[in-house]
Amino acid sequence: MSRTSPVLILAMIGGFAFLYVPLLTMVLFSFNASRLQTVWGGFSTRWYWELVQDPEVIQAAILTVKIAGLSATIATVIGVLSAFALARFQRFGGRGGFSLMVTAPLVVPEVVIGFSSLMLFIYMAEFIGWPARRGFTTITLVHATFATAFVTILVQSRLAGTAREAEDAAADLGARPMAVFLEITIPSILPAVISGWLLAFTLSIDDVVLATFTTGPGSTTLPIYIWSKVKFGVTPEINALASVMIGVVALAALVAALLMSRSRKSIE
Amino acid sequence: MKRLFIGLPALWMAVFFLLPLAILAIISLGDVRLGQPPVAWGPDWPEETQLDLDSFDRILTRPLYVDAFISSLSIAVMTTLLALLIGYPMALGIATAPRRWRTLLLLLVILPFWTSFLLRVYAWMGLLGQNGPLNQLLVALGLIDDPIRLLNSNGAMLIGLVYTYLPFMILPLYANLARLDHSLAEAAQDLGARRIGVFLDVTLPMSVPGILAGSMLVFAPVIGEYVIPTLLGDARSPMIGRVLADEFFLNRDWPVTAALSIAILIVVAIPLFVLNRFLARSAERA
Repeated sequence: MSRTSPVLILAMIGGFAFLYVPLLTMVLFSFNASRLQTVWGGFSTRWYWELVQDPEVIQAAILTVKIAGLSATIATVIGVLSAFALARFQRFGGRGGFSLMVTAPLVVPEVVIGFSSLMLFIYMAEFIGWPARRGFTTITLVHATFATAFVTILVQSRLAGTAREAEDAAADLGARPMAVFLEITIPSILPAVISGWLLAFTLSIDDVVLATFTTGPGSTTLPIYIWSKVKFGVTPEINALASVMIGVVALAALVAALLMSRSRKSIE
Repeated sequence: MKRLFIGLPALWMAVFFLLPLAILAIISLGDVRLGQPPVAWGPDWPEETQLDLDSFDRILTRPLYVDAFISSLSIAVMTTLLALLIGYPMALGIATAPRRWRTLLLLLVILPFWTSFLLRVYAWMGLLGQNGPLNQLLVALGLIDDPIRLLNSNGAMLIGLVYTYLPFMILPLYANLARLDHSLAEAAQDLGARRIGVFLDVTLPMSVPGILAGSMLVFAPVIGEYVIPTLLGDARSPMIGRVLADEFFLNRDWPVTAALSIAILIVVAIPLFVLNRFLARSAERA
């Protein structure tokens, strides 16, 4: 129906090139047989083999996935609760403050969240003796807190236009509020819940700032490992690692996008 | 049930988000001391330490901190303008593209947003490096004789920032532009108005809320950015996020780090607050 102006088409081509050329270059050089970024030494999967044989990388990857899985689960539970509270309870004392508190981490700089969380953990350890050491627990807690804000926004926007009539009908027929929530609300927003979990998972997998502040000795996540290497320059091993991570994240994003679009269709 | 749904998130965020900020406020008033933790406040005060505003006084008067704040603000403004310049035509292009293309184009915008900051910035380290592809291209084209230093400059940092935050600009702009009735613009064109005139008189004014929302989403996080300035930026003119991290990791000066955190929060919060008021008012009018 509409005619997209040629200027806009050119702008889109340029813009998408800007977004994708750096990533594609990195993936390309991860298959470079030569160690030098300058010379193309032929196609090789050598760096990927070195990657899977490096115990430090494997250990960091396992820790990263564990933290991401647990923190995403916590963030999803809390995020769904607060999204439901915001979307369905129109009036309660401190609603404005509640809304601000659960979404504020979206705009607070990561360095501030990282530093302040570390202060919390240090003084908690001093006064109540927990968490005794920093690492898995502390990174998981700070990631869960940060991701809760994202899950809340995502699920709340989906709740706004969903399942209202069915919930009311079930309640009119005498279903208890908890039963309505578990059997009507949750199933109808399940795609948003799953994509919220995936978003929280990728936020955690990617995070370097929060983890750098709140980690302890011996707890190296993959981004911390990468951070410690890339500060000194570009290496083909990191190119390979980056390509693997981009592949995993792209796959997760694709699943989330498909789920969201399917749920949109089922509403329409 | 209402108690659980409000209470659990409220409790969690109070303990793990608000309490840390309160601790920051107290630490920012304390003094540096030797020992662990390297800050004096609370029950273990020696008599000579007291709560004071020394740290705030320092960050407001020392050129290092003042300059870092100024450069962060100006770089955030530049990043926002560049992202708008690149992002607006893209958002408009997607919004006016045939319907079956839109989902794919949007997915292409979102996809990099899902991959990590760190790796996207790292990708630019490779591109801009002394022996990287861009330098080789420039030499091959005869534009320069020898590879030049592209990395660790304000230019490289700006590219990295725009690159990273571009999707934050495009998405709200698209959401706004897609809702607009483009038949109005088409009608004006059919009546003989020139494309650029239609854009300036019809489309642009109607997209102001989208421009503001996108600008805020770029501006706010760029101010406190740490990873990009460290990997791509010039160490001699650091942004405030990097200064904060250095104060903590290198100087172990907790009171100043805490005071800087609070100052950054204020700098980020004020424009957000103003924008919120503005958007709320324009929504009321509509």
